Amino acid sequence: MNQSTAKAEGIGAYLLKHMREYGLLFALIAIMVFFQIVTEGTLLKPVNITNLFLQNSYIIIMALGMLMVIVAGHIDLSVGSVMGFVGALAAVMMVSWGLSVWITVPACILVGVAIGAAQGYFVAFWKIPSFIVTLAGMLVFRGLSLWLLAGQSIGPFPKEFQALSTGFIPDFFGVGKPNVTALAAGVIAVAVLIWMGLKTRARNAQYGIEDEPTAFFVIRNGIIAAALMFVIWKLSGFRGLPNVLISMVVLTVIYAFITESTTLGRRIYALGGNEKAAKLSGIKTDRLTFLTFVNMGFLAALAGLIFAARLNTATPKAGFAVELDVIAAVFIGGASASGGTGRVIGAVVGAFIMGVMNNGMSILGIGIDYQQVIKGLVLLAAVFFDVYNKRKQG
Amino acid sequence: MGRPLRKGGGHPFPITTEPRMTALLEMRSITKTFPGVKALDQVNLLVRKGEIHAICGENGAGKSTLMKVLSGVYPAGSYEGDILYDGAVAQFRSIRDSEAKGIIIIHQELALVPLLSIAENLFLGNERAQGGVINWPETFRQTEALLKKVGLNEAPGTQVGKLGVGKQQLVEIAKALSKDVRLLILDEPTAALSESDSQALLDLLLELKAQGVTSIIISHKLNEVRRVADSVTVIRDGTTVSTLNAHAEPITEDRIVRDMVGRDMAHRYPERARRAGEVVFEVSGWNVWHPEHAERQIIRDIGLTARAGEVVGIAGLMGSGRTELAMSIFGRSYGRNISGEVKVHGKRADVSDVSRAIAAGIAYVTEDRKSLGLILEETIQRNTTLANLPAVATSGVINEARETEVAEKYRAAMRIRTPSVFQKVVNLSGGNQQKVVLSKWLFTEPEVLILDEPTRGIDVGAKYEIYSIINDLSAQGKAVVMISSEMPELLGMCDRIYVMNEGAFVGELSAAEATQERIMSLIVTE
Repeated sequence: MNQSTAKAEGIGAYLLKHMREYGLLFALIAIMVFFQIVTEGTLLKPVNITNLFLQNSYIIIMALGMLMVIVAGHIDLSVGSVMGFVGALAAVMMVSWGLSVWITVPACILVGVAIGAAQGYFVAFWKIPSFIVTLAGMLVFRGLSLWLLAGQSIGPFPKEFQALSTGFIPDFFGVGKPNVTALAAGVIAVAVLIWMGLKTRARNAQYGIEDEPTAFFVIRNGIIAAALMFVIWKLSGFRGLPNVLISMVVLTVIYAFITESTTLGRRIYALGGNEKAAKLSGIKTDRLTFLTFVNMGFLAALAGLIFAARLNTATPKAGFAVELDVIAAVFIGGASASGGTGRVIGAVVGAFIMGVMNNGMSILGIGIDYQQVIKGLVLLAAVFFDVYNKRKQG
Repeated sequence: MGRPLRKGGGHPFPITTEPRMTALLEMRSITKTFPGVKALDQVNLLVRKGEIHAICGENGAGKSTLMKVLSGVYPAGSYEGDILYDGAVAQFRSIRDSEAKGIIIIHQELALVPLLSIAENLFLGNERAQGGVINWPETFRQTEALLKKVGLNEAPGTQVGKLGVGKQQLVEIAKALSKDVRLLILDEPTAALSESDSQALLDLLLELKAQGVTSIIISHKLNEVRRVADSVTVIRDGTTVSTLNAHAEPITEDRIVRDMVGRDMAHRYPERARRAGEVVFEVSGWNVWHPEHAERQIIRDIGLTARAGEVVGIAGLMGSGRTELAMSIFGRSYGRNISGEVKVHGKRADVSDVSRAIAAGIAYVTEDRKSLGLILEETIQRNTTLANLPAVATSGVINEARETEVAEKYRAAMRIRTPSVFQKVVNLSGGNQQKVVLSKWLFTEPEVLILDEPTRGIDVGAKYEIYSIINDLSAQGKAVVMISSEMPELLGMCDRIYVMNEGAFVGELSAAEATQERIMSLIVTE
C-alpha cells in the first residue's frame, strides 16, 4: 500500500467516525443549496435571509434552554404555551393598560422565570416526571393566554418594543449599502472562530489528543467562513444586521460557553448522565434540575416577547405547537433522549435545518400538510442516523 | 482459608460418586475472532453428564464469549471448531436453537419482568395456553410444582419485583427447569447474593445434580467453586489453561488462582508496614431509621474509630446494614432521623449533605460503581474531576488543560490501562473503572476513605493492584474504612475488623485475633 492511499483511508475513517458532527453541518449546507436551486435563488435573497433569522430566532432561543433541560434528562412541553402566554401578557400590559415598554419587558421576563420555577419545583423537589408537569403547564398556559386575550388579537405595539425583533443595527461607518458594520462584524466573527479552532488544535496537540487531519481543519473552517461571509454579505446589502441576530448570537455564545466550559455546565451533563452518581459526587442535583427549568422559563419569556414584537400583535394562536419544533431541533442536533449528551451548537444547527426547510417549502408553495410529513421524517431520519452510527461503532 | 461458611446444617462436601464418564458437551478447538482480536483461541471444554463444571478466569479471559458461542448468540459458522452435544455435532444458529436442546443460560443480570408475577415470568414466551388463551389453573399448578423443586416458598401470584435478588435467582432457575433443562449455565450466580442465599443456591445446584441436571457455573468466588464443582476449567487470555478434576485430586484455590493469573499468587495481599497514628475519623452514637418505614431502625448506636495509616474493616452479612451505615455518614445519602456525631481530626464534621461531607474530608467509594460511582458515557478525565470541579476551575470556568493534567497524573499513578484519558469509562474493564472511581475520590484529597466492596467483580490481578493502592493510601496517613463481603480480603488487608449484624456492631477484632470462624461466630451467636 503506498502512502497516499493510506492517508486517504485515514481521512475516510476519520470522517466516518465523526460523521455526526460534520454530517449535521453539511446537511444544513446541502439543504440550503438544494432550496436555493429549487426556489431559483429566492432562498438566499438578502430579504429572505433576514426573514430566516427573524422567523427562527424564537425557536433557536428556546432550543438553547431546551438543550439544557434535555441534557439534564428532562423535557419541557410547555414552552410554546408559555411563550404565547408571555406575549399575550406583554400585549395586555402595553396596549390595554398602557404601561411602558421598560416596565413590561422586565415584568414579563420575571413572569417567565416564575413559571419556570413553579414547574421546576414540582420536577426537582417532588420528582414528578417533567413530561407530566410540563404537559399540565402546556394546558394551563394555553388556557391562560386565551383568557388574557379573551380570544382576540391585541396590537399594535410601541415602536421601541417592535425594535426587539424587527430593528437593525445601524451602519456606524455611514456607508449604508453595503452595511460596513455588518461586514466588519462578520470578519471579526470569522477571525475569532478560526483563532479558537487553532487554539483548541494547539491544546490537543500538546496533550496528544486525536484531532482532525489538517486538511480537514482547513476545509471545514474554509467552508464555515465562506458560508458566514456569504450570509453577512447578503445581509449587508439589505438593511444590515437584525437586532435579533445579535441577541441570538450572543445568547448562543453564552450558552455554548456555559455548557462546555463551566462547572455549572459540566454538572448538568453529569446529572443527565447518571443522576445518582452525580449526587454521590456532591452535586446538588435537585437544585440543578430546578435551575434548568428556571432558565427555560426565562428563555421562553424572551422568545415570547420577540415573537410578539415581530408580528406586532399577540394572538391566541401564538406559540401553538412550537414546543415540538424546539424539541425536534434539539434532537436533530444530536442530543440523546436519555440525557447526558448534546451540544448547544448542534441544537442551533438543528433549529436552522428545521427553519430552512420551513422557509424553503413555504416559498415553493408546498402545503402545510406535506411540510409536516417531511419535517417528521427528517426528525426520524436524524435520530435513526444517530442510533445507527452508535450501534455500528459499539 | 476459603472454608465454606455455613449457618447450621447445609450440605456436606460433594460425595464422591463414581464419575460418570460420558460427555454431555464437548467443545473442540473453539476459535472466535473479532475484528483485530482473537477472543478465543483453540479452547477446549469437556462437560460430563451429571456434573457441575466450573469455568474460572479473569474478566476478559473469554468465559462469556465461550458461553455465547455455546448458546448460539454467535451462530454456527461465525467461529471455528466443533460443538458436540449429546454425541452429535450441534450447530446452533440462535438461542432458540440451543434452548430447544435444553441448554439454558442464566445471566448475571436477571431477565425477569419485575411487575409480573412469578407464574407469568416462568412461562413468559412459553405460556400454557390454547389458541392464545392462557390456561391459568394449569399455569399456577405447574408454577407451584416448579417452585417446590427449587425450594422457593412463595405464592405463584407474587410480583417478582417484590422478591429479593436471591429469590429472583431461584425464579430464574425454576424458569430454566420449566423448559426441560439438561445443561444449566449460570454466569456469576452468587455475585449479588448474600452469604446465606449463596449457600442456598449452591445447595440447590447440588440437588439438581442429584436429579441429573448438568450445570456449568462461571464464578469468581473460588471457595464456592471448590465446594460444588466436580471439575474446573481455567481459561486465560482466550485459551484453556487447565482442566482440574475434583475426584482425581483435591482442587485448591491457590492452584486455580495460579492458573488464572499465570503466576504464583503466594502473596494475594501486598505487604504493608502497619503503623497507626492518631485518630482521624470517629463516629459515635450513630442511629439511622429506614427512609420509608419510619419505625424500622436500620443502624443502632454505632461507634467507630479509624486512625491515620490504619485500614479498618467492617464484616457482616449482606443486609446487615454496612452500606446503609456508610451512606448515612456520607452526606445522609441514606435513611432518615439520623442522629450521632462524626469527627474528623477531632473536630465535629458537618455531614448533612454530600458536598459538606466531601469538604469535611470524607470520601465514599460505592459498592456499585456502574450505577452509583461513574458516569459511564463520560470520559475518564471528566469522571476523575467530577467530585472536585472547583479545583480545576477559576471562578466557575473550567481550565481544561489543568483538568487533563490532573487526569493524566491519576492515570499514571493508578496505572489505568487506557489509550487516553479521553476514553469513555464504559469501555474500560471493571478493574480500570474502579481505579477511575478511586482517582475521583483521591482528587478530593480526603482524610478518610470509606471503601464499599472495593474489589467486587474485579479479576484477581486487578484486585492486587487495588490492594496496593489502598496500602499506599494508608502509608500516606489516610484512614481507610473497608467494607467487604469477602472475608479473606478483610483478613488480608485490615488492622482491625468490626463485625456488624442487624444494624449494630457485635464485635471488634484485631488483625491478630481475627479468623473467619471468629467473625462468623460473632455474627451467629448474636
